[in-house]
Amino acid sequence: MTVRKNQAALTPEEKRAFTNALLELKRTGRYDRFVTTHNGFIMSDTDSGDRVGHRSPSFLPWHRRFLLEFEAALQAVDASVSIPYWDWTADRTTRSSLWAADFLGGTGRARDGQVMDGPFAYATGKWEVAVRVDGRNYLRRALGEGVAQLPTKAEVDAVLAMPVYDMAPWNSSSNGFRNNLEGWRGANLHNRVHVWVGGQMATGVSPNDPVFWMHHAFIDKLWADWQAKHPTSTYLPAAGTANVVDLRDTMRPWNDVTPADMLDHRKFYTFDTEPAAAASQR
Amino acid sequence: MNKITRRQALGTTAGALTVLGIAGATAHAAATDSRAATTPAGTVDEVYQGRRIQIAPGTGGGHHGGHHSPGLPTVKIDGRELHVMQNADGTWISVVNHYETFADPTSLARAAVRELQGSQLAPMQMGGMA
Repeated sequence: MTVRKNQAALTPEEKRAFTNALLELKRTGRYDRFVTTHNGFIMSDTDSGDRVGHRSPSFLPWHRRFLLEFEAALQAVDASVSIPYWDWTADRTTRSSLWAADFLGGTGRARDGQVMDGPFAYATGKWEVAVRVDGRNYLRRALGEGVAQLPTKAEVDAVLAMPVYDMAPWNSSSNGFRNNLEGWRGANLHNRVHVWVGGQMATGVSPNDPVFWMHHAFIDKLWADWQAKHPTSTYLPAAGTANVVDLRDTMRPWNDVTPADMLDHRKFYTFDTEPAAAASQR
Repeated sequence: MNKITRRQALGTTAGALTVLGIAGATAHAAATDSRAATTPAGTVDEVYQGRRIQIAPGTGGGHHGGHHSPGLPTVKIDGRELHVMQNADGTWISVVNHYETFADPTSLARAAVRELQGSQLAPMQMGGMA
């Protein structure tokens, strides 16, 4: 069973295994297909039309499935790897070990935002940004520039306390847990982290930055935390809702998986905060 | 090294083209001002930080041949189309600034110019089934 760990607790060997697997997916072209898929949904998910990956109830199950597919690709390279999560309420500065040269590398240089250190720096020749919204083919970051502060633990706790998963009109103007977590409403959690990292992370091709996966692994964990806190709350809407994915509707692009299939993460992995034995019994 | 050198060379060319664009855009903006009464509301043609921003309001009928949602304005930076979307609350996002909202298409386009740092937009690729 896969265990997703806090990135801050990874050993140097675990960090190296993860970044090496990322580089291998990049080398084979597999990585870029995930970026293309994500951007396709970013551009087609609209508040008034069909919406699957973003600004809709299925934001959470869609990304859970997206990460599962990516994690399986990583594990085909190295079976020991899982997607670490980045708890940005705790590791919230540019000096975090996450941004060190032995892991993701740091912020971009002032002149053009180019990341200059770590395994994904352009000069390594192993991380050319191919799926892009503009001409720049190097990884960029501007940590803490687009917005100064990452969300706090108190802001996360306030969102986790919301008892209702999602509400009509089931888009970026909804109240409820999902939209407050996604960040179109309220304190702004998920969206703000994309802006805080900056560079490609602020764009539709955000998965070009490997931190995308670690950010979304934490968003995914927050969904699991919310479920544990509200055992009688469930995914909404249940059925018959125009333009959005109901509990038992299938999600594009896979068309064979529903939000209901994604509700229990323990079918697929556990988090390092959960006792493994208890997880297998539940 | 070849790759980097070529990119730097392209960057220089784009810079030169931008300078040419300023002169043309300034003249055009002046012409637009003189017949403002016939310009549809929401039309923008300005130079911002050396980049030409053109915004044509959406038609509402979706018959203008664009491949995005009907009613949305067409936003161009130096002639390249910027993918934009309007949120339910009336705010705007683009593919360049996707996770941050802006009050109107002009501030959205200007934010894209700042983010691009002189780079050209890539051709728009639509479709959710990529």
